[in-house]
Amino acid sequence: MRFEQFLIGNAGRQAAKTALVTDRRRLSYGEFDDLTGRLAAALARAGVKRNDRVLVFMDNCWEAAVSIFAILKAGATFSPINASTKADKLAYIITDCEAAAILTQAKLMPIVAEAQALSGNSDLFVASTAAPNGQTPADAISFETCLAEVATPVPHRGIDVDLAMLIYTSGSTGRPKGVMMTHRNIDAASESITTYLRNEPDDIILNVLPLAFDYGLYQMLMAIRIGATLVLEKSFAFPHAIFERIREEGVTGFPLVPTMAAMILQMRDLEPGFLPSLRYLSNTAAALPPPHIARLRELFPGARLYSMYGLTECKRCTYLPPEELDRRPGSVGIAIPNTEAFVVDDEGQRAPPGVPGELVIRGPHVMQGYWRNDAATERMLRPGTNRWEKVLYTGDLFQADEEGFLYFVGRKDDIIKTRGEKVAPKEVETVLHAHPGIAEAVVVGVADPVLGHAIAALVVLSDPSLTDKDIIRHCARHLEDFMVPKIVEFRTELPKTDTGKVSRRLAAETMEPAQ
Amino acid sequence: MTETIKDKVRAFVIENFLFGDTSYDLADTASLIENDIIDSTGVLELVAFIEDQFGIVMGDADIVPANLDSLARISAFIEARVGAPATA
Repeated sequence: MRFEQFLIGNAGRQAAKTALVTDRRRLSYGEFDDLTGRLAAALARAGVKRNDRVLVFMDNCWEAAVSIFAILKAGATFSPINASTKADKLAYIITDCEAAAILTQAKLMPIVAEAQALSGNSDLFVASTAAPNGQTPADAISFETCLAEVATPVPHRGIDVDLAMLIYTSGSTGRPKGVMMTHRNIDAASESITTYLRNEPDDIILNVLPLAFDYGLYQMLMAIRIGATLVLEKSFAFPHAIFERIREEGVTGFPLVPTMAAMILQMRDLEPGFLPSLRYLSNTAAALPPPHIARLRELFPGARLYSMYGLTECKRCTYLPPEELDRRPGSVGIAIPNTEAFVVDDEGQRAPPGVPGELVIRGPHVMQGYWRNDAATERMLRPGTNRWEKVLYTGDLFQADEEGFLYFVGRKDDIIKTRGEKVAPKEVETVLHAHPGIAEAVVVGVADPVLGHAIAALVVLSDPSLTDKDIIRHCARHLEDFMVPKIVEFRTELPKTDTGKVSRRLAAETMEPAQ
Repeated sequence: MTETIKDKVRAFVIENFLFGDTSYDLADTASLIENDIIDSTGVLELVAFIEDQFGIVMGDADIVPANLDSLARISAFIEARVGAPATA
């Protein structure tokens, strides 16, 4: 089934029920369905066709939610882009996926205009929300005008093995890769996850994570699937204010990443049971330290706590049934329903319990590959036991216990996880090397109590007048926020292997964990 | 006094969140969150700065946008608190 059918179906059954709550607007299922239909018709009128790629370059606002479902209703493929993305990367993505359109916000239009000029794509259809003064930026069509279109269904003839979304992830070559997911992939992943989370239509799910991050995006997709309510917030910068929202809205589901858990645990005045409406909390991206799990359970005694693990390439791999948390707090559990997760050795044979190997995933949630990148696809998707299918080699090292519960051991490559997001060191190094005052640079992750890992740059200068702030500022101009180094150290030379290659492993060994 | 507090706050924000970029046109009333100047971990750094520099103990309920989401709000919050007892 195509995924927009869940919205259409729920709007038919419960038009008056609240689908989406944001700081500026509440939308019922009926209104959400109507607005997405209008925008879909406007996209079709603008020339967007079945399977065209449309970028959603917005922060967490109601317009982003409407855009995503409108693109699906137009028969096209959406690609959510982090709102802190800079012009050169946006230009790369516009070119890489041959975007037909981009839907954005007035505050981001300067980045869009610069990216469009860099990409040389003058055919791009650009629609933007209005600025606070009510003006639509020049060079863009008004988002409000698009919503004035009549919501005539678009006869796109799309089916559920068409691409629904393209999610760009940090690539080890320094360039982002587009993960291809069909409607059927999203249907399978969201069905599996809502099953083990025991989601109900009366759930009210709070999401503070970016919709450009698949964990944040799926909160919306799952809420719409089950006919629940999504409360969308822009960030977790002010936890106390978020807790007020949880109380006001009677939130039942609260997805976390370890950084958010660390922030909650730093708060001083929390009393156990202070948010009684919560039924469940979930955590993914990295296992929580057992003391954090214990404290969360103390603070949220009435809520189930799910430890989970996943990667964009299959959305989610594993979850730990909450009743197992006492016995194996360090485990991220078992394969999610209707999928398999197992550990293999270097020859691809199943590894016995206790022996680390690569985690392999099999199931209907596994991606179709990376957009126009066969070499990278072949490294991740490899032949399985059955001749007709490919399985996903995650690049993550795991081991299983005697009962098959899985434990994260480490990465096979140098990918850094910070604030729950993956960062390829090469992508940051490429930006550092582009600075004329930097002779050499290497990027590593340093253990950090809040971020998980902090990004650290070890730099050899050719311009000795540069300061650490100059370098961080340079990176902030070219990279999304979460990729910008927190630590810059100056070196006279970088650690190298015997063959003279700069070694990230040796570099990491020279760093102290952050305090 | 007011200028001193606001100047100190502005200097801290420019140094730590704009990485010393004094060319950024940072209005006193501009939202730091909406303009992507600070993020979650930035708020923690800002709270540590306010506590260390001004001897204020900030309760969880103080760490809200109304007190911290612009230079003007931060300065007003500090001004109201300096010398006054902390609330829980």
